[in-house]
Amino acid sequence: MNNCEYQQIDPQALSGRTPTPALPPPPAVIRGEERLKARKKWEVFPGKNRFYCGGRIIVSRQSGVLPLTIGLILVTTGLFFVFDCPFLVKHLTVFIPAIGGGLFVFVVISLLHTSFTDPGILPRATPDEAADIERQIDNSGSSSYRPPPRTKEVMINQQVVKLKYCFTCKMFRPPRTSHCSLCDNCVERFDHHCPWVGNCVGKRNYRFFYTFIVSLSFLTAFIFGCVATHLALRAQGGRGLMFALQESPARYPFTTEFWSILGLSGFHTYLVASNLTTNEDIKGSWSGKSGSEDTSNPYSYNSIITNCCSILCGPMPPSLIDRQGFVPVETATQTSSTEMEVPMLAAKETNVCAQGTIDLLETASRSPCPQTGKPQAVVTSCPDANPAVTINPALISDPAAMPSLTCGGRHLSHTTSPPDEPRQPHQHHNRHHKTRTKKSHSSKRAALHVSSLSPPTSPGPGLTGTQHQGRGSFIALP
Amino acid sequence: MAENHSLQDLRQQAAISAKVFIQRDYTNGTVCQFQTKFPSELENRIDKQQFEETVRTLNSLYAEAEKLGGSSYLEGCLACLTAYTIFLCMETHYEKVLKKIARFIREQNDKIYAPRGLLLTDPIERGLRVVEITIFEDRSLGR
Repeated sequence: MNNCEYQQIDPQALSGRTPTPALPPPPAVIRGEERLKARKKWEVFPGKNRFYCGGRIIVSRQSGVLPLTIGLILVTTGLFFVFDCPFLVKHLTVFIPAIGGGLFVFVVISLLHTSFTDPGILPRATPDEAADIERQIDNSGSSSYRPPPRTKEVMINQQVVKLKYCFTCKMFRPPRTSHCSLCDNCVERFDHHCPWVGNCVGKRNYRFFYTFIVSLSFLTAFIFGCVATHLALRAQGGRGLMFALQESPARYPFTTEFWSILGLSGFHTYLVASNLTTNEDIKGSWSGKSGSEDTSNPYSYNSIITNCCSILCGPMPPSLIDRQGFVPVETATQTSSTEMEVPMLAAKETNVCAQGTIDLLETASRSPCPQTGKPQAVVTSCPDANPAVTINPALISDPAAMPSLTCGGRHLSHTTSPPDEPRQPHQHHNRHHKTRTKKSHSSKRAALHVSSLSPPTSPGPGLTGTQHQGRGSFIALP
Repeated sequence: MAENHSLQDLRQQAAISAKVFIQRDYTNGTVCQFQTKFPSELENRIDKQQFEETVRTLNSLYAEAEKLGGSSYLEGCLACLTAYTIFLCMETHYEKVLKKIARFIREQNDKIYAPRGLLLTDPIERGLRVVEITIFEDRSLGR
């Protein structure tokens, strides 16, 4: 495999050139392919995310105004330390910068955790799974001209909940899961897509988000209090309040952040106590507005303490997308996958029969790249093995509400850049999402709600806090 | 079940016949539970009791991972106090149970499913959505 390259290296030119020998083959041997390195799963991840540090850090591709958030926090705290702390340390106590510093560190760490953690992304269904679901839908639907419905009803704690089919991820979404079109992922316990942190807020990072906004409220309240104290002390000692205001630099607009952040913390405290998500609250899923019968939240433990503890202190669920794993080698080859790749094990296998059987079966069953959407040779005798889901245009009228709206109508101006893989159905889905946006019932409600919020290009709701009614985050409704 | 067969035979015989997907059971909410309904494709391969026992044990393991109790609250509070930095150095309770589940699935495959030409896939590899059971056509592996 590497012989050609070594022969081509000119020994006389070795001093001037650094030859780069090919990397040794990865753990799985590749037959007849030129690929030199097995790729990690984050490199082929189909969603609109960016990865850093070898897949350990995940952010949305639309990072929103995260740099602005960090900048605002840094600038406000910096001004506080530079202008207020010296005076207050002299006149009050030395603990003031210590407390301020501690709160600041807590805020920044929570923010980074919220932004860089996988919010609970659900990996897309493998082609075999998708085919199986399609078969079930076809079998359950009637044979009439109408296409079978793409919803499934389940009973959760004596409450009927409708599960919708996600055309992008090719699966029925679990309860409380929503598809974020900005990130192009289904996220478990989807709360909202927050541009301020540049990521979705979902099951895995909600506690970080809540900690962030609560600690930020404390920080802004603390700074607000210190600034007020500073002014008061100056006014007492000097020539009055106006002169004191003139002396200190004009950083007071930043203190209006306090009110919107406080409002947001209050709103999320209510959500935590009632075990709701922003998405459910806005859609009115459990408040009985959408239906006539009594609906109550089936996920609530009916106790504020238990709700709070389960959301904020419950066990930390694992990331389901396995960023660090290697993409199975079968994805590289187009050959039949029914033959196993066990060149080196032949000598040992006869002794370890059972283990060998397992290994071979696992290698055979590992379904190749789920993103290609092409039928793989693995499922040879499977009937109806056509994982490339055919999209019935009549399904557009399905009220599966998958619109996504952000304040400035950002979703509608969202680019239709083609995904990494040349998948026709995927691009088709995006267009369907947008047409459904206009037809969906919940989009109207969201539009009414959204119209009261300021557009994303403005300096932020922090500075026009009164308009916000306490909801500092832009809400994206997938 | 000690069988002497060469690798070549295995390679030719381990052709996938079908895959069965055991879906999630949401009757108790969003906790990770799988349906114990016995799929018809496995009828002539494995005993119904055996299968239900496997799924029930899996369900109980996942329930243990997601259990709300003193130790999970303690872990959560400690994490909050350290600004969640302990997650960088400590393995969470859930991850420990996931390892236990992986061991359990390997054992089940070794003892029960592989001899019958079946293979259980760990649900974590499918995003905790399904338990995938691969059915192999194994004429000579016998039963």
